[in-house]
Amino acid sequence: MNIEKNKRISKKLKESSVGIAGLGGLGSNAAIALARAGIGRLVLVDFDKIEESNLTRQYYFLDQIGKLKTIALQDNIKKINPSVLIDVYKEKLMKGSMEIRFRNVDVVIEALDTAETKVAFIEEILTKLPDKPIVAASGVSGYGHSDRISTKNLGKLFLCYDENARSSDEDILVAPRVGIMANWEANLALEIILGEDR
Amino acid sequence: MSIEVNTRKVEWVKNETVKELLKRMKYSFPLVVVKINDEIIPRSNFSEVYVPNNSKVSVIHMISGG
Repeated sequence: MNIEKNKRISKKLKESSVGIAGLGGLGSNAAIALARAGIGRLVLVDFDKIEESNLTRQYYFLDQIGKLKTIALQDNIKKINPSVLIDVYKEKLMKGSMEIRFRNVDVVIEALDTAETKVAFIEEILTKLPDKPIVAASGVSGYGHSDRISTKNLGKLFLCYDENARSSDEDILVAPRVGIMANWEANLALEIILGEDR
Repeated sequence: MSIEVNTRKVEWVKNETVKELLKRMKYSFPLVVVKINDEIIPRSNFSEVYVPNNSKVSVIHMISGG
């Protein structure tokens, strides 16, 4: 272990914040990864409750079915790293005001489900908060083909991308690939906050 | 007289809008993010913005799942 590097990075992460839009397969797993890494503050936004079918990939437990994802994820993070400051907003993102909860975070993670909301959210963040880095994901469904995934960078947008994946409407969503994409997003957020690991 | 679309070199067409370019490239995905040079083009402007000569165009499509 490089103690100096560890100290420097812990300090920087402790001072940093990430906002996550959507707490499904991408958002719940990305939040847990960032909490374990030692992020200082998380802003978590979702309106939904946990269903049994979510447990194939989302970071929740059987005894949390029926609970709000915001509250359950906050509980789960506290069991891992109680020092993370967490702001939760139980609300649906509405076109025209999607950016408001993310004004005061260092990095935004898009972790929404439909292509329509993904595009709407990315466009609003890029146009209304032009200096804000945003990490998004496209092509999470299916299994295998891990090495088709790559990072696309378009200005402030960092996209975890598999252009050959099918839509989740006509495919399956399972833990390994969703987890890879979620952790890829969290890893990009760390890279944006800390700078490239040289 | 050419432009680069997702690293592919293609012919530049005068007065061609983003919408027309997407059609010419057969990018039929309904939901895309388009960047010309360093600028993100909002979808609402696809039929108004012309693609300039020598520009570098990135087209990324969003797929449901999260």
